[in-house]
Amino acid sequence: MTNPNLRIFSLVILLSAVTLNLQAQTGLDPSSILNPSPDSWPTYSGDYSGQRYSGLDQINQSNVRNLTLAWVTPLVSGPQGRPAFTGGYGDGVAFAGPGTNVKGSILMVDGVLYVSAPDNAWAVDARDGTVLWQYFWKSIGGTHIGNRGMGMWHDTLYLETPDNYLIALNAKTGEELWHTEIASFDEKYFSTTAPVVVGDHVIVGTGNDFDAPGFLQSFDPVTGELQWRFYTVPMNEGDPGLETWGSLDAARHGGGNPWVPGSYDPETNLYIFGTGEPKPAYVAGPRGDMDALFTCSLIAIDVDTGEMAWYYQTSPNDTHDWDSAQTPVLADIEFNGEMRKVAMTAARNGYFFVVDRVRGEHLLTSKFSDTANWAEEELNAMGQPVRIPDKDNHVGGALVSNANQGAANWMPPSYNPETGLFYTPVNETWAMYYLTELDPRGPMGLGGKREVRTGGASFLKAIDPATGATAWEVEFPASGGGLASGVLNTAGNLLFSGDRGGNIVARDPATGEPLWHARLGNVSNAPQTYMLDDQQYLLVAAGDRLYAFTLYR
Amino acid sequence: MLRGNSSNLPFAVVALILCLGFIAVSQAQAQRTPAYPQRAVDAEAVARGKDLYEGYACAFCHGADTRGGNGGPSLLRSQLVQRDQKGELIGPVIREGRPNTTMLGFSLSDAQIADIAEFLHSFELESRDPSRLVPESIVVGNAEAGRAYFNQVCAQCHSLRDDLQGLTARFPDPLDLQTHWIMPGSPSPTMATVRLRDGSVFVGELDAVDEFRVSINKADGSRQTFNRRTQVAQVEITDPLQPHVDLLEVYSDADIHNVTAYLVNLEE
Repeated sequence: MTNPNLRIFSLVILLSAVTLNLQAQTGLDPSSILNPSPDSWPTYSGDYSGQRYSGLDQINQSNVRNLTLAWVTPLVSGPQGRPAFTGGYGDGVAFAGPGTNVKGSILMVDGVLYVSAPDNAWAVDARDGTVLWQYFWKSIGGTHIGNRGMGMWHDTLYLETPDNYLIALNAKTGEELWHTEIASFDEKYFSTTAPVVVGDHVIVGTGNDFDAPGFLQSFDPVTGELQWRFYTVPMNEGDPGLETWGSLDAARHGGGNPWVPGSYDPETNLYIFGTGEPKPAYVAGPRGDMDALFTCSLIAIDVDTGEMAWYYQTSPNDTHDWDSAQTPVLADIEFNGEMRKVAMTAARNGYFFVVDRVRGEHLLTSKFSDTANWAEEELNAMGQPVRIPDKDNHVGGALVSNANQGAANWMPPSYNPETGLFYTPVNETWAMYYLTELDPRGPMGLGGKREVRTGGASFLKAIDPATGATAWEVEFPASGGGLASGVLNTAGNLLFSGDRGGNIVARDPATGEPLWHARLGNVSNAPQTYMLDDQQYLLVAAGDRLYAFTLYR
Repeated sequence: MLRGNSSNLPFAVVALILCLGFIAVSQAQAQRTPAYPQRAVDAEAVARGKDLYEGYACAFCHGADTRGGNGGPSLLRSQLVQRDQKGELIGPVIREGRPNTTMLGFSLSDAQIADIAEFLHSFELESRDPSRLVPESIVVGNAEAGRAYFNQVCAQCHSLRDDLQGLTARFPDPLDLQTHWIMPGSPSPTMATVRLRDGSVFVGELDAVDEFRVSINKADGSRQTFNRRTQVAQVEITDPLQPHVDLLEVYSDADIHNVTAYLVNLEE
């Protein structure tokens, strides 16, 4: 090869190959999520702990009143958004509308925000809000109730779709790399969860409102091949927990879907997540009056094998569709005079739980929704609330707190290591629950009951995990109940969350005192924060709009 | 403290928005495919399949409605049946049976299996499974005990001869009646009295309130919003239904059932 032009050409080829090779290692290194820069937001909760506590403090109590709008960006779903790339097997029309509602976490990596809604993903310039690309998946159906966000591995994004595909996207362009079916559409699953990337695992949950079993899966980030599948209910003779079901058939149709992302403890290599309610949701009869494991439970599984290390059930044999799927919060707290590694959850049933996150040992249960009346006053020996059968659905109606949305729900809670408090939006609501199905074979899915809401109240509460006591609470006036948004804490000694009047509010995390607010309309996701060019931003979604606030400098 | 009820204006506004939203959603859905479309089936094949399903005694174990019966599991929620398209998954189970169970094998042709599959796929599936054996009545209480409770508690504010005249006739469905008396629509809206720091006072129907503002609809029909951080000294909210809200934590279910039984049986 003597032609100098050819030589240069070869060199270019070689350099391109090197560049391409380097590109494969650019983007988000999964090991960096173990100790992420507070400037970024690389995974569902900002880090693996589920604390939603940011180390950023440029915005703090002394200057939060000077927050100003940096930019606002509307996100247009479906073909009207002029997607750069599309995929899917639907007609692109039937499920394309009517609007965008951002309920999930937004990733921030290298100055770019990655946002999702059912069937849609966007990249947005974090400095000025410009939409860089949109991807639109033409789904064939499935429940379009929300999307909790995306996961990222190097330059690849992962999105779940309502018709149960895991889609890998090129983060730079929005181009689809591959998609793989993660659950059966015929079996009426739907997939809303944010995939969580841990090392070379893409951990994926699904939802189902019929009588299908819950499972968590791990996929290869490059090939999309299944690495393992963990069923949350017994599927075969001899499976653990089968003795807590009336029959194998009942267990195999027993629900327990993990539809909210979990947390990860690198020290033990355990992914800790919550499971949904047993099915059928409102009538225990056909499955028997036992615990229905491992529904409504905290479960820890080894990320590499998918094998269960421990579980703790927060609602034995739930009968009100009150999932325990909420993201567990991992922290090291002082408990009875010694430091403990714990997992915490405020469950939809109205009870707050602290367990040892290494072994699953129960440490504390307290009632955080004061009106909750479905369980006996006394907890059982395991620290579990004991269901009162008369507060199941009743032919004449049972007056039960809470109404179906529950005392808490998917809205992300937050833990602030400086105050040592756990924060969550809380309902104290009431409904009459009527049993409408007398067939001893019971209903399917969410059938068999009629619910008439009779009012209630809505709060933001701060819970002391060492005692279970409520440290402070803010009641949103005249709300009639209904949960406010999830919560963010920052090292600026600030707590951010939406209220029930359409405001994003900054508060003193020690007292709940408001320090700043802006009325955006309904805050639809948990606020987040990031830092670029020595400028801290507060990022929040209200329906189809992203708002970024910052200090004017 | 005002809690959600069916009388105050915010609720009315919310209800209106919900209704409009529902209409919008309904109209949108009318043009849209359901989340999980029902299968299109051939009625003749379904009829043949039904005859086979009954003739080969499938119905005995699995129920005439496929929801399970004497020992056989529900086929309606069977994942194998749901995944099956034209008998390709169901067929092997029908032919070979399930070892170690009472499910025996049946020697059926491909066409017969396809017909049975079509029959199984003809049942509609909804996540909010419609009830089949609906209780005849929600009235399960003791009317005499309900009368005593009514006289002791409800009669503190209400009279059957006065404000509750004709109540039972207005709600012929006992469930509606029970809903209404637990948290009724009220003739008077939630009111807000807003005292400003300068001493002036404004009174109106409460429209919206949070930690930062309060909005009222005044008698002249105009809406006015006040800044609670800078302008307002005090907000008093008067919910005429507060006694009903307070009672939610007091009633036993038996109290509720008894009062409803009493009201249903009133001689008007």
